[in-house]
Amino acid sequence: MFRSRTSALAPALALALAALSVQGQDTKKEIEKYQKMIADSSPVELYELQGEALWKKKQGPKGASLEACDLGRGPGVVKGAYARLPRYFPDTDRVMDLEARLLHCMTSLQGRTREEATKRVFGDDDNPSEMEYLSAYVAGESRGVAVSPGTRHPKEKASYELGRTLFFYRAGAWDFSCASCHGEEGKRIRMQELPVLSTPAGARAVVATWPAYRVSNSQFKTMQWRINDCYRQMRMPEPNFVSDATIAVNMFLVATGKGEPYRGPGTKR
Amino acid sequence: MDALRRTVLRGAGASGALAVALAAGLLKPQQARAAGWNKDAFGAKTPADALKGIGAANTSESKDILIDAPQIAENGGVVPIEITSTVPGTRSIAVLIEKNPFPLAGKFDFKEGAVPFVKLNVKIGESSNVRVVAEAGGKFYVAVKEVKVTIGGCGG
Amino acid sequence: MADPMKVRATLKGDIADIRVLMNHPMETGQRKDGGGKIVPMHFIQNLEVKVNGKAVVEGQISQAVSRNPVFSFRVKGVKAGDKVEVSWLDNKGDTNKTETALA
Repeated sequence: MFRSRTSALAPALALALAALSVQGQDTKKEIEKYQKMIADSSPVELYELQGEALWKKKQGPKGASLEACDLGRGPGVVKGAYARLPRYFPDTDRVMDLEARLLHCMTSLQGRTREEATKRVFGDDDNPSEMEYLSAYVAGESRGVAVSPGTRHPKEKASYELGRTLFFYRAGAWDFSCASCHGEEGKRIRMQELPVLSTPAGARAVVATWPAYRVSNSQFKTMQWRINDCYRQMRMPEPNFVSDATIAVNMFLVATGKGEPYRGPGTKR
Repeated sequence: MDALRRTVLRGAGASGALAVALAAGLLKPQQARAAGWNKDAFGAKTPADALKGIGAANTSESKDILIDAPQIAENGGVVPIEITSTVPGTRSIAVLIEKNPFPLAGKFDFKEGAVPFVKLNVKIGESSNVRVVAEAGGKFYVAVKEVKVTIGGCGG
Repeated sequence: MADPMKVRATLKGDIADIRVLMNHPMETGQRKDGGGKIVPMHFIQNLEVKVNGKAVVEGQISQAVSRNPVFSFRVKGVKAGDKVEVSWLDNKGDTNKTETALA
């Protein structure tokens, strides 16, 4: 879907780029204006509302809602929980990010199988996924809270170290790593500037605004999706949903950008 | 009345969707009657025909219509446009995307109390002029702004 | 799940800023679905803003309005507690409405 639209617009893009190359600075300013305007008129709140309804909906063999889910601040506490993830959870003896924890609550509280609950973790144009709605709601409840993942537990430290290693680890058909695109200033894909995610300045803006609504396909996207799709773009094998590796990459990014007040869910072009 | 007519036609077969909607309190009879959609203007394929459709003849340029829109939109699927008319007595504002297959994107009528202002997100298929037409005192005033449409990368 | 709709009305002096969010696909009739079939036109045609039961803005829109439409309007001479209602009607005859009190 996304690709077919892209190709339809390709001639327009070529023309636009030719015109744009003349005026570097003005272009950058205008694109910043566009990004500010779409954020100001974003429908992202609708996803938060639907996520809240889903959080309270009784589901699964146990006919339970997720309202008793412990996201790290105690059962049922959603306020400020997202900004403190990923972190170590003693009940699973594992470092978990939001989606890993939601999945845990779906299986433990609602009695659903992992297979059923992860059947469709990434949605499409017409049907956003449960994870997407729930992420929007939970993340929205952390607006204004400083991002501060768990950093003290040995498993949290190990997750950070693994994430950092993976970030710089080159592999796959193109011998790419995350750092190939996100490790140096001034890189871009088309008009999109790529943040240097291994520096606090670069990571802060990202961890403060994901998960996010993307206007290019009117879809809400989660952090697990973001990491998954970067691996697709690097032509690497698809990582497993909420695997220790994806959580570690997330942990590395969030820990690098820590201290920034959360202001998402964001809106991206 | 077109939307209403379609609803009636669609519902006339089996269960009567309109009747169901009315019974459910979803659609008040009054609301249904008030709804009208200018099929001629919205179905027009050129800006000139669309203007004719809304009855806008002899438009004159005006600096009192402000269009705030990005000069460059990274994605044509969502282009925010903010319009303010300070032409005294503005009763309506229409928005046309000249290069779109159907140029007329919307028309807003302002009743007593409403400020002649609207902000909306529109789809722009290719770089195009955005033409705004305000009606005041039976006259039509126009302002134009160009929006270039590109697309971006992976969106991070 | 019921499609949500949200209206947020904030007062600045005696002018209300009314922001409306609607959940709607706004299909142009030109998009193809995953299976390559054209998705039929499906879009909101009419929207109405009322303050205390009186219409203040009546809009007619086309399929060129973006998916999940967001609109802002402004109304003068209003006060805290006034009731703001927004409703829409699409080309299939579906409708939705929501309301809020001015704060």
